Amino acid sequence: MLAHITILLGCQLAGEAIVLLTDVPLPGPVIGMVLLFAGLVIRGRELGAFGDSARALLSHLSLLFVPAGVGVSVHLALVARDGLAIGAALVISTIVTIAVTALAMVWLDANKR
Amino acid sequence: MTGRFEALWVYLSASPLLFLFLTLVAYQIGVAVQKRAGGSPLLNPVLVAVLLLVGLLQATGTPFARYFEGAQFVHFLLGPATVALAVPLYSHLHRLRGSVLAVSAALLIGSLTAAASAVAVAWALGAGEETLRSIAAKSVTTPIAMGITEQLGGLPSLAAVLVILTGILGAMLGTHTLNLLGITDWRARGLAVGTAAHGIGTARAIQVNEIAGAFAGLAMGLNALATAVLLPLIYRLIAG
Repeated sequence: MLAHITILLGCQLAGEAIVLLTDVPLPGPVIGMVLLFAGLVIRGRELGAFGDSARALLSHLSLLFVPAGVGVSVHLALVARDGLAIGAALVISTIVTIAVTALAMVWLDANKR
Repeated sequence: MTGRFEALWVYLSASPLLFLFLTLVAYQIGVAVQKRAGGSPLLNPVLVAVLLLVGLLQATGTPFARYFEGAQFVHFLLGPATVALAVPLYSHLHRLRGSVLAVSAALLIGSLTAAASAVAVAWALGAGEETLRSIAAKSVTTPIAMGITEQLGGLPSLAAVLVILTGILGAMLGTHTLNLLGITDWRARGLAVGTAAHGIGTARAIQVNEIAGAFAGLAMGLNALATAVLLPLIYRLIAG
């Protein structure tokens, strides 16, 4: 478990360093995800206990967004000015984006050569 | 008696332990509420937990900074958890074979749809220019959305609010939207939710199905990249 957490933090740290050095427009943890993924592919073996640890962390991914959600409430007044337009835009755009992306994926996958 | 309670609250709320504990409790109440409601995605546990905690902070006059001293330990885990998203993706890598082009094209279409539809609806309903500039990147994970918004001349702190709201909305509305359309491919379902609603959508997808979670995590990363590259470019073309 300790080794697994060290691997995850090491990938994140390397990701943050790459972002600082190259100005690539991605967050450090996302680069860390790419690095870990590349490492797993190169290693090419079963995940074993590391997979279990990662899944345990991910099974409560929703929890990790709660502090940021509470933080948003501090700035909620910013939304007030265009409240109705913002609310409608977010709801409609979210539904339309989910629908269009899923339909595009299904259609393109069915019609590939 | 009340005096004693107040003294206890003052003492406890000065330590990070109390708000770390309350964050975990509020989230588990959220999970229990959702379970009670037959697992309805509309009762999103993040939303329930946030509402409970915001109510508590307001009732007790606790500043956010004090709350975050405790909650930061949970917040910190977002980094390693994002890295861990490589694991479901690796486990389901074979499901990507033969579909790389479909995934890439669908992601690009979704990325542009997310920005264009949000700006179009907000503009049609008379939103101000600052709002329009801040809403374009709302489907992208927070730090990237704030960076893009700065480039577009919007308000990064407003963008952060819109990103979180979008994530919660995606987690709430995704399942019903996809069921209504009859989409049964878990890859497409995950890709759609990850594109529209970044990490919060991905968190929901993982809880529903691991294949969906794998593709949602992939979509979150790719959409951050696509939006960061494309939006400033399109903005410069339009603003000329």
